[in-house]
Amino acid sequence: MSESSGFVELYKMRMREFLREPAVLFWVFGFPILLAVGLGAAFREKPVESTAVAILDVAGSDELAAELSAAEGFRVQELAEDDAARALRMGRVALVVRPGAELEYRFDATNPEGVLARARVDDALQRAAGRADPRAHRETLVTEPGSRYVDFLIPGLLGMNILSGAMYGVGFALVEMRSRRLLKRLAATPMKRSHFLGATIAARMSVVFVEVGLMLGFGWLAFGMVFHGSVLTALLLCLLGAASFSGLGLLVATRTKKVEVVSGLINLVSLPMFVVSGVFFSSERFPEVIQPLVGALPLTALIDALRAVLLEGADLASQLPRVLILLAWGGISFVLALRLFRWS
Amino acid sequence: MASAIRVRELRMTYPGRPPVEAVRGLDLDVAAGSCFGLLGPNGAGKTTTIEILEGLLEPTAGDVEVLGMRWDRDARRLRERIGVTLQETKFTDKLSVRETLELFRSFFAQGVSAQDAIGLVGLGEKSASHVVTLSGGQRQRLAVACALVGGPELLFLDEPTTGLDPQSRRQLWDVVRSLRERGKTILLTTHYMDEAEKLCDAIAIVDHGRVIAQGTPTELIRSLGGDHVVEFAFGDGAASEESLATLRALPAVRSARADGDGYQLTVAEPHVALPAVLELAKARGATLSRLSTRHASLEDVFVALTGRHLRDE
Ligand SMILES: Nc1ncnc2c1ncn2[C@@H]1O[C@H](COP(=O)(O)OP(=O)(O)O)[C@@H](O)[C@H]1O
Ligand SMILES: [Mg+2]
Repeated sequence: MSESSGFVELYKMRMREFLREPAVLFWVFGFPILLAVGLGAAFREKPVESTAVAILDVAGSDELAAELSAAEGFRVQELAEDDAARALRMGRVALVVRPGAELEYRFDATNPEGVLARARVDDALQRAAGRADPRAHRETLVTEPGSRYVDFLIPGLLGMNILSGAMYGVGFALVEMRSRRLLKRLAATPMKRSHFLGATIAARMSVVFVEVGLMLGFGWLAFGMVFHGSVLTALLLCLLGAASFSGLGLLVATRTKKVEVVSGLINLVSLPMFVVSGVFFSSERFPEVIQPLVGALPLTALIDALRAVLLEGADLASQLPRVLILLAWGGISFVLALRLFRWS
Repeated sequence: MASAIRVRELRMTYPGRPPVEAVRGLDLDVAAGSCFGLLGPNGAGKTTTIEILEGLLEPTAGDVEVLGMRWDRDARRLRERIGVTLQETKFTDKLSVRETLELFRSFFAQGVSAQDAIGLVGLGEKSASHVVTLSGGQRQRLAVACALVGGPELLFLDEPTTGLDPQSRRQLWDVVRSLRERGKTILLTTHYMDEAEKLCDAIAIVDHGRVIAQGTPTELIRSLGGDHVVEFAFGDGAASEESLATLRALPAVRSARADGDGYQLTVAEPHVALPAVLELAKARGATLSRLSTRHASLEDVFVALTGRHLRDE
């Protein structure tokens, strides 16, 4: 038997275990995509929709309605006094117009929609009445990929996924194997401990490879993401992140035999980072005093580096400080974990 | 005969409050090529002892030699030459029998093929099945196959048939016997006296971390002084105050003890002892509510030595 076959067989074991578990496949590959679709849709920056306006059903209402309908971007209905008041209260219309020699605009001044509706309706009606604009202008619409929420979100989700993948794929998996006494059984063979560790991490890396391709490919195809920097650099950062987080996963798995305990530890480590490391919104929104702490967290380092590369076109060299943070977390946790690790 | 395992004054104390003295001065000699049984009740220290011999636990004190080597110096070489089943191992559900064995095979420099190991334990039909679909007995045979792929000369089997149905137990016994015929040295632990009696050439009865008796099954049973056990009870409570001394004085009776509502005698010649028991009943005017005779077993040896049954848990 060749020297590496123990490694190869252990790698095959981890991959088979992973690929043959539909639930795991869903959580690793399906869930982040669903999350991206859901959040991407919810926070889509849509062009302002047509404005709903009610015109009081009194003399002159038909003319006003015709003028507004001729202009673009209005949904107009003629309503009696009571119905109009109710429609405004319920938010079904943003503005009520009372026709007459002097037009009356009724709207809620604290509601941006109402203020906007007032301005647009007034503008349309004045123009219809013959107002000419003294200043010439033209409009340039900006929907630049790279500045939308979904562009911001995808690197965040990728980072989150790599962290939780390492925690479950390494930390949880090892404790589960210990609880089955499989670790002890393996320790009773001449298996090289380095093969076992190496195979566990190599399997994780392989999954990350697919994850990165899937997430970025999805962002590109479904959301038209434009990558301003090298996707290869992003992949490299993700692999480094996965290695670093595997160290953390190994560390939470060093002693306990109970999967409940390791689940708790995993939450303890990952939940705070999901919150402060800027997965869903920029970590810069947290108070100034905790910024150094937030910036030193490995998930922050990974996500910030990914965003810098993908959204701003930064190169790897410019991300060196963040790379060092990832290396430090990984290195320290590996050294500690290897000292503390129990096979039984 | 060469010694495969030699243990002197083995002690193991688990730290804790209070500390648990699991093994308290245990000696063992296992001859190469034999099937040796550690027989004892739950908590006797069998698993602790066997895991020390497997190099998985560090003893508190004592001298352990396995295949002429020592764990502190020769761990890697020893691992290549032993095969192990733990008391309970759950292999990976979603791997097939063959994949599991290929995994274990890959750790050893030499050994038998996965397919051969599957054949040795009679799992041929299940070769492609996932572990999750195996019965308890099949899983245990898979565990034995995993212990065999490295082609070990020494096998450790910790409670190989605990929790199995009678048919699965017999299948596993057949596997163990065939391995013994192939010249492997086997050390197994069990709390089933019939298992020890049927499988083992030599037995050490372990209780509270010590060996309290050692020998072949026949020797151990013979140590009772008689091969037969007579059990009886008098029908009415009034007549049942027979003193043990009276019973021991009956012809051919080697020992006597109270057992539930009646008595248990160890006898050398039932055809002599039985009439004497009947005579006694007649003299007392009592009826016998039960009377039976059987061959003495290791269970009787354990009871004679400790006053407890093996499975008194
Ligand atoms: N890891 C441990 N820590 C503390 N006590 C233990 C441990 N393992 C076993 N024991 C105790 O040591 C004694 C012997 O256990 P064990 O060797 O498993 O016995 P057996 O295998 O004969 O049932 C028992 O009292 C058990 O509770
Ligand atoms: Mg045990």
